Amino acid sequence: MKLHEYQSKQIFAKYGVPIPKGRVATTAAEARQIAAELGGRVVVKAQVLVGGRGKAGGIKLANTPEEAEERATEILSMKLKGLPVRKVLIDEAAHIAKEIYLGITNDRAARKPVMMASAEGGVEIEEVARQTPEKIIKIHIDPLLGLRGYQTRDLALGIDLPKEHWKAFSKVCFGLWEAYKNSDATLAEINPLVVTEEGQVLAVDGKMIVDDNALFRHPDIAEMRDLDVEAPEEVEARKYGLSYIKLDGDIGCMVNGAGLAMTTMDVIKLYGGEPANFLDIGGGASAEKVAAAFRIILSEPNVKAVLINIFGGITRGDEVARGILAAMEEVNPQVPMVARIVGTNAEEGRRLLANANMITADTLVDAAQKAVAAAKGGLR
Amino acid sequence: MSVLVDKDTRLIVQGITGREGLFHTIQMVAYGTNVVAGVTPGKGGQWVLDDKIPVFDTVKKAAETTGANASVIFVPARFAADAIFEAADAGVELIVCITEGIPVQDMMRVRAYLDQKGSRLVGPNCPGLLTPGEAKVGIIPGNIAIPGNVGVVSRSGTLTYEVLYAMKQLGIGATTTVGIGGDPINGTSFLDVLKMFEEDPQTEKVVLIGEIGGTDEQKAAQYIADHMTKPVVAFIAGQTAPPGKRMGHAGAIVEGGEGTAAEKIEALEKAGVKVAKHPEEIAHILNTL
Repeated sequence: MKLHEYQSKQIFAKYGVPIPKGRVATTAAEARQIAAELGGRVVVKAQVLVGGRGKAGGIKLANTPEEAEERATEILSMKLKGLPVRKVLIDEAAHIAKEIYLGITNDRAARKPVMMASAEGGVEIEEVARQTPEKIIKIHIDPLLGLRGYQTRDLALGIDLPKEHWKAFSKVCFGLWEAYKNSDATLAEINPLVVTEEGQVLAVDGKMIVDDNALFRHPDIAEMRDLDVEAPEEVEARKYGLSYIKLDGDIGCMVNGAGLAMTTMDVIKLYGGEPANFLDIGGGASAEKVAAAFRIILSEPNVKAVLINIFGGITRGDEVARGILAAMEEVNPQVPMVARIVGTNAEEGRRLLANANMITADTLVDAAQKAVAAAKGGLR
Repeated sequence: MSVLVDKDTRLIVQGITGREGLFHTIQMVAYGTNVVAGVTPGKGGQWVLDDKIPVFDTVKKAAETTGANASVIFVPARFAADAIFEAADAGVELIVCITEGIPVQDMMRVRAYLDQKGSRLVGPNCPGLLTPGEAKVGIIPGNIAIPGNVGVVSRSGTLTYEVLYAMKQLGIGATTTVGIGGDPINGTSFLDVLKMFEEDPQTEKVVLIGEIGGTDEQKAAQYIADHMTKPVVAFIAGQTAPPGKRMGHAGAIVEGGEGTAAEKIEALEKAGVKVAKHPEEIAHILNTL
């Protein structure tokens, strides 16, 4: 789950990372008031979960409260990469002398967290990684030991940070590490971390992604979820414990197991079709869950055919069939449906669906070919 | 012959009195797996399966009393990392974790700890292992595979069943199937299992079932190119997956342009691996080798 800049920075601050004075506004009038309270120059920053906000015009400087109101009016009426701007952060503008990048993420291959620093802050770090990878200094953190003080000095040395800032920098490193660890983040990033003309080290931006699997122990963070970034169907799917991702094609898919769900999409494509979604009903899915999955698939107007591929293991074929029948009664689908059920209680499942006016298939290839033909109107 | 599990496996089930744990214990016992004990904290002293299997409060007690050498974990995600630590501290050699949804930082600590301990972890978020005709540890349906000479290793669950089933249709059997799991940090990699299959005299061919995310398949390809004498057939799921979207498994995501199906397929083909276009084709390719 991605967090907004202001949310990330609040968490960083809790762990001792200095951030600029500022607050979030939802209206231009509020923005003006906050700017007046702060006095002097402020930055008005769109709070939207997309990258490249600055380039898209979502970050503006304002010299007076009146200007802050104007900029906020503009920004609050924007859409950035399709997402509406509902909040702006009004931060005191810093006098920037130097911009640094500092971040922590999981290094999958090393199976450890990796902390990265670069003197090339303020720009896209992926771009730095591509063009000048030697400018990114990395240290791996032992998950049992945690970050060590010498490692922060290694980073400071690696990015040629003047010695007078080491202590402040080290404090930020530890704060970021604690924020990452205690929030179960998969990414915690400050870009840029600035050294101000006054000699302060300050996190003027912040970004965090928190592990969805760990939200059960962070109810405070779970509440910060911004539903704007997700398709409504995806939100609905999560309520039922379904894993659903909307795609652009016209063949709706309902599958048990993530690997098999991806494969079903691949085989549809292999035979000339386009999947409308990824949907994993998970292991041991109940009839109720299956019915919810079915409703979600059919709520998408693009769907011209549905392919149901169930390989029973923990999931039972008859249970899935009952869910499908219940959902069909409720939503009365007008599109052709192809069902392939094998494994645990498959015979019973097939028997239940026999009277439901469904196209049946024995193998995945057979099912995919029939679904592709059905979506093109060649099979009903 | 087989790898990791066989008829000499003496198994503990952690979470044996839970819904999933009990259901699959019945299945494993029916298959012929030697389940010697169960563990559920607070339920020590009880018995399950018509008083055939004793339940203990701790893994240590269960292992000491029964001489168990393996454990399978069915406990909920929030307690699963602790269950792995407990099994490792009790000296269990093989720990198989079925549980899905363990926080990734928990798994990083588990891996770092296990590396010092000498226990082998398979999973988490995996279907477990099946040595057809001998033992099943986990949730792979026993009736979809027959004994044979093909070693199968996979990051996925039901996709593995699909492949085993397609193999069975053509009369092709397996030595052992190892589900390594769909999480970004797991206990056993493709590479670890390929080494075992290369050394197992009865395994003559190998099937590798990968998916998008990470670079485990690429490392496997390098090992195959450098060290493997046995033919390998592969399938990679997620060729149509859009970047930046997590496809169900926590580990199945294309990030920063890395971990795509295309780069994995390319690496494997370069290593001389035949890559199937769909799972059923794996069985047909095996027949030509």
